[in-house]
Amino acid sequence: MSYRVSVVNIERCIGCYSCMFACSRLRFGEVSLAKSAIQVKSAGGIERGFVIVVCRACVDPPCVKSCPTRALTPRPGGGVIFDESKCNSCKSCYEACIVRAVVWDEERGKPIICRYCGFCTKFCPHDVIVFEPVGRELLV
Amino acid sequence: MMDPSLYNVLYIDLTERKYEVQERRDLFEKYLGGTGVAIKLLEEECPKGVDPFSPDNPIIFAVGPLTGLYPLASKTVAMFKSPLTGNLGESHAGGRSAVAIRLAGYGAIVIKGASKTPVYISIFNDQVKIKDATTLWGMRSSYAVGRVLREVEPGAGKRTIMRIGIAGENLVRYANVVVESYRHFGRLGLGAVFGSKKLKAIVVAGTRSVKIDDLKAYMKVYEEIFRSLTETGVMSKYHVLGTAENVLPLNAMGALPTRNLMQTRFELAENISGEALAEKYLVRKIACTHCPIGCIHLASLRIAFAPGHEYETLIIPYDYEPIYSLGSMLGIGSVEGLLRLIEKVEGLGLDAISTGVAMAWATEAYQRGLISDKETMGLKPNWGEDVEVYIRMAERIAKRANEFYSALADGVEFAASKYGGLDFALACGGNEVPGYHTGPAALVGFLVGPRHSHLDSAGYGIDQKALRSLMTKEEMVRQIVEEERFRNVLTSLVICLFARGEYKLERVVKALEPVGIKTSSEELMRLGAEIQKAKASFKAREGYSPYKVRIAKRFLETPTPLGKLNEEELRSMIKMYIEMAGLESIYTSSN
Ligand code: SF4
Ligand code: SF4
Ligand code: SF4
Ligand code: SF4
Repeated sequence: MSYRVSVVNIERCIGCYSCMFACSRLRFGEVSLAKSAIQVKSAGGIERGFVIVVCRACVDPPCVKSCPTRALTPRPGGGVIFDESKCNSCKSCYEACIVRAVVWDEERGKPIICRYCGFCTKFCPHDVIVFEPVGRELLV
Repeated sequence: MMDPSLYNVLYIDLTERKYEVQERRDLFEKYLGGTGVAIKLLEEECPKGVDPFSPDNPIIFAVGPLTGLYPLASKTVAMFKSPLTGNLGESHAGGRSAVAIRLAGYGAIVIKGASKTPVYISIFNDQVKIKDATTLWGMRSSYAVGRVLREVEPGAGKRTIMRIGIAGENLVRYANVVVESYRHFGRLGLGAVFGSKKLKAIVVAGTRSVKIDDLKAYMKVYEEIFRSLTETGVMSKYHVLGTAENVLPLNAMGALPTRNLMQTRFELAENISGEALAEKYLVRKIACTHCPIGCIHLASLRIAFAPGHEYETLIIPYDYEPIYSLGSMLGIGSVEGLLRLIEKVEGLGLDAISTGVAMAWATEAYQRGLISDKETMGLKPNWGEDVEVYIRMAERIAKRANEFYSALADGVEFAASKYGGLDFALACGGNEVPGYHTGPAALVGFLVGPRHSHLDSAGYGIDQKALRSLMTKEEMVRQIVEEERFRNVLTSLVICLFARGEYKLERVVKALEPVGIKTSSEELMRLGAEIQKAKASFKAREGYSPYKVRIAKRFLETPTPLGKLNEEELRSMIKMYIEMAGLESIYTSSN
């Protein structure tokens, strides 16, 4: 079964950014808010709360279809696998993902794509995000 | 090796409209960051005896080597010469400020000079711009200023927006700087220093990364700290009710200053308690960047403004200190009234503690006939009766509406020395007193602490310990000195003081190691002592003397849970403090 990170309790988010720091720590070995596959955004002033953007692990991913070099390929069960060596930095995946789950790494000129490891969910103090099988929301 | 971006100090000159970055490895290697580095920069940048409103008074912001790296290392230290006390101005705030400064690539920012016309500073990584703020000047509410800047500046969600309200523009000596709407550089008048430079706001955002020396060790220590902070329940107090939790216990022990400290128990405390607020008004908790605790409590207040179910909804942050100063201190026992007053005071950009204490003095002075309707411009302050009166008073202070309000805007001590009533003007070292009438340790801490704040050494905690088990005065003072030194370590790393129980020295040593800083508990405490001395030297240089500090009679008349305080004993404790902290050569009894 393929897993993904789901945002289940967005209203509980306190905007601590622990999830983003977790991602950049594990994936890039750096402390950063720019380099993270999960994004916390303010919904427009703290009083309105937050928005979390993370890859939805689409079953037929638009980002894959947009990629001219096959740097992105579908992952069995939903989502994508990214092979950086094939990427030509054209940024079309970034445009294709309308939820903006493709984060653009300005430094390297490459996309940052979720790896579906769920590490970020271990640091959310409020269970805003969970690690669960792809398609769970369709079942309930 | 420490990621070298920390060593970058950004120097901005508002007069010349230019900036430069200098590598100050020397400072950060010796003093870590935060308070340690800021006091050194203040020594360098602040000319002796300078007028706090002179362009030469610097504004210094500093973060530390753990900023961004570990949970709750989420504060920024600001230093300047205080327009309120005339000596050390030191104030701390969280929000997104610290992480934004670090990820923009700086360890500290120094702002000097003054602009002739209103400006704001925009910092985005290495782009530093001084921009026109004419349109923002005089804007009714500091919240609105944030809203405008949010639209025009980059870095949404990860930036900090610090700004002043009209109180800062009008040089109210305890004007604050509002950070992200709900956090503040509250104490000692940083907002007025902004105002004197015609500096309306600073926006900082950054997209940089910090590299870690020993990643494996870092991941491990991180996880350990994160787990103990979030899973052991040590922080639950701050998360569940927030600091407002203090209202009922302090009231129960008779330490909640009420009606200008004529009483220490407030019969309406239940109404404005953390419990009552949480049950009926709390709508959201939020956090400073990289803090999984989230102690920031936001209340929602629905106010009918016209018949036909027409409502406006205000979102208002609350904490213990404003509940004390704008609540019990003014005899206000209605939550609606209290929240409306907090909202007004924050919107104006006034420090909540100072404003409440000043208005409490004014109420008593009015009732005793020291001031009349002429001074108050027709307002009739009467404990808690009419919140509207206090809302108007706050507005008039922020505007310096007449000679009397202007005197109040210069601090309660100044107003009382002009109109009488010094005996019940509750300032310590010139700074309006925080809300803990717990006993001698708290008061001594307010009188001698570098910021004259409850956060300098938390004497209220020592008093409470003394309530449970006998403690000599020497022992109390020893604990004040030690605690202050320990806190200097934490505030140099700029770790939130709420996490002090989790960031004991041994853990700090462990947390520093993966980023290339080797130290020991003893070495850290030595640094804490050195910073204590540096702050005292600055205070002494600018004319403060703990030997001469005024003790208002009211503090002695109203009993604490540890009994009535007595001036002689307090003075002897102050002397002990000077000796135990090794400050005799700095604070000589002759000056
Ligand atoms: S990156 Fe966007 S388009 Fe691609 S799988 Fe994830 S959510 Fe779908
Ligand atoms: S940026 Fe790289 S991964 Fe994205 S579409 Fe272009 S080639 Fe594919
Ligand atoms: S860790 Fe959880 S609470 Fe914190 S920002 Fe991420 S989703 Fe929100
Ligand atoms: S405990 Fe509160 S003040 Fe301290 S860092 Fe967390 S949210 Fe900020």
